[in-house]
Amino acid sequence: MTIENYASLSAAQISASVRAGQMTPSSLVNASFDRADEIGAGRDGLNIFLYSDRDACCEEAELVSGRLEKATDVGVLAGVPIAIKDNIASLGLPTSCGSKILKGYVSPFESTAVTRLRANGAIIVAKTNMDEFAMGSSTENSAYGPTRNPHDVRLVPGGSSGGSAAAVAAGITPIALGSETGGSVRQPAAFCGVVGVKPTYGRVSRYGLVAFASSLDQIGVVGRTVDDAAIGLETIAGFDKMDSTSSDADVPLYRLAALGKPAPAAREPDTEAMRIARTPVPLPPPPSETTLKGVVIGKPREYFPESLDANIRDLCDRALDKMRWMGATVRDVSLPRSPLAIPVYYIIAPAEASSNLARFDGVRYGLRVDPGKGLRPMYDATRSEGFGPEVTRRVLLGTYVLSAGYYDAYYKKAQAVRTLIADDFRSVFASGVHTIFTPTTPTPAFAVGAISDPYEMYLNDIFTVTANLAGVPAMSVPIGRVRRLPVGGQIITPHFDEYSMFRVGYALEAALGADAHR
Amino acid sequence: MPVTREDLLHIADLARVGVDETRIDELTRELSSILGHMEELAQVDTSAVALAAGVGAGGTPLRADDRVAPLMKGTLESFAPSIRDGFFLVPRLATHEDPAESSA
Repeated sequence: MTIENYASLSAAQISASVRAGQMTPSSLVNASFDRADEIGAGRDGLNIFLYSDRDACCEEAELVSGRLEKATDVGVLAGVPIAIKDNIASLGLPTSCGSKILKGYVSPFESTAVTRLRANGAIIVAKTNMDEFAMGSSTENSAYGPTRNPHDVRLVPGGSSGGSAAAVAAGITPIALGSETGGSVRQPAAFCGVVGVKPTYGRVSRYGLVAFASSLDQIGVVGRTVDDAAIGLETIAGFDKMDSTSSDADVPLYRLAALGKPAPAAREPDTEAMRIARTPVPLPPPPSETTLKGVVIGKPREYFPESLDANIRDLCDRALDKMRWMGATVRDVSLPRSPLAIPVYYIIAPAEASSNLARFDGVRYGLRVDPGKGLRPMYDATRSEGFGPEVTRRVLLGTYVLSAGYYDAYYKKAQAVRTLIADDFRSVFASGVHTIFTPTTPTPAFAVGAISDPYEMYLNDIFTVTANLAGVPAMSVPIGRVRRLPVGGQIITPHFDEYSMFRVGYALEAALGADAHR
Repeated sequence: MPVTREDLLHIADLARVGVDETRIDELTRELSSILGHMEELAQVDTSAVALAAGVGAGGTPLRADDRVAPLMKGTLESFAPSIRDGFFLVPRLATHEDPAESSA
């Protein structure tokens, strides 16, 4: 394990090496930037970053080194380079949300998630490209140009957290933060062949995440492996007084799920559990016929329609066979209202967005375009000039469905159907199913520019958006390749049961082995 | 078509978004097409459904209404488009505009 193979090191390996004095934070920052240069992450290449500053990161690395010299333990992410989606406020770095309207904006406060990463020794090396205000499924809607998929530069990386998924897939960082409103971590993770986690609504503080649709938004984690995602989520999860919707539910040590142990009741420092969690790479026992003994996995028929790509169906079946072999029981289930999720989502999310984005008016921050004709023309010109086509479309759509005469028919109806969709999940889990397994996306990554119809683009979220509407946790793990392109399988569990989600994720990753990436 | 040109201009006005004349028809078509896909929701019987704005486990927790000040590490001047004496400056309302003053 040396700095030369940085791109293949896990967050836990890096952190352990730093704490043991075998690697320095500065060398890791430089390795991360060297890797970015090597694969062409810049504007003229994959266009993964919207902002990065090697010198500033080296200074931050020195601060971490100083902490290491003074303390016995800096944290579980000591010296780990991490990339952050550009809609998550990070002190000292711009937060543009991939939009012209926030070009150059530097937040005067920091998101709780980033503060927790830094407190645990992580070094923020970049702000990553994204669809403007997280509205998109391809990262083509960025005002700063599309990000390209590291597996094939002709293809999109997915979106809206495409830059974060591409950074991890390209080996620039082992972990990146993204954000989810309808699948914006899981879908790009699937397209890029990495792991993507959307936690339960309320599990991670939204403080410092620029609001898109407040009843759906969650910060999520992209990891090279299940373990990277687990250590990332473990670090940022938990109650935060700055977010009134954050939950005070206990956060288990997710990495213990690798060992197949039951979820610990509470996080207690200096326990055996904590020691194991901080041990580098707790190699799980090899998968066996008992790894998932007693786990009931639901296979919802609505997520395996006849129109599903046959190769993706085959990969899902192979994954389910692996889980059966490990002792799980697979049961056919139904989530009958899931096919309604796209219309529901594309009413609720734009409605909330039209309200949340009202703050971008040229008065308090960001762009101001003033034609010199008074206040109203300044509002109109600023928002017209500052918002891209998709954001404009959704703000208008959201305003329409909330306007007098249409509110009941669209917004109120969508809220009611959303409740039914969530009820479907509750019913399945109440019937004894522990985990639901589906494909993450209906297709592998598509070509840049291939989809021009807005609704056709929205259909990319068809398998992911239901977890956001229901508020349950979900993750995408690589399950193989179709036409040499990565494909993800989705694991969904009940509210606040991320531990079981990671347990299945660790087991599936181990059982598939190298097959997950070929 | 669910959305007319007049609807579009009305919602653009409500949303305070200037829409270029060349894009009005295109946006009208796009919004109509998107809303056309929403029509299937009308077929769902939701008469017995209690409305909820969110679907968290157990709902959003009630907490004391305590003010928590953000930890600001920057000044208003560092991000505001226009500011004077700690106040955000905005253009005058058009109805109160004094052309002589605004051109000065």
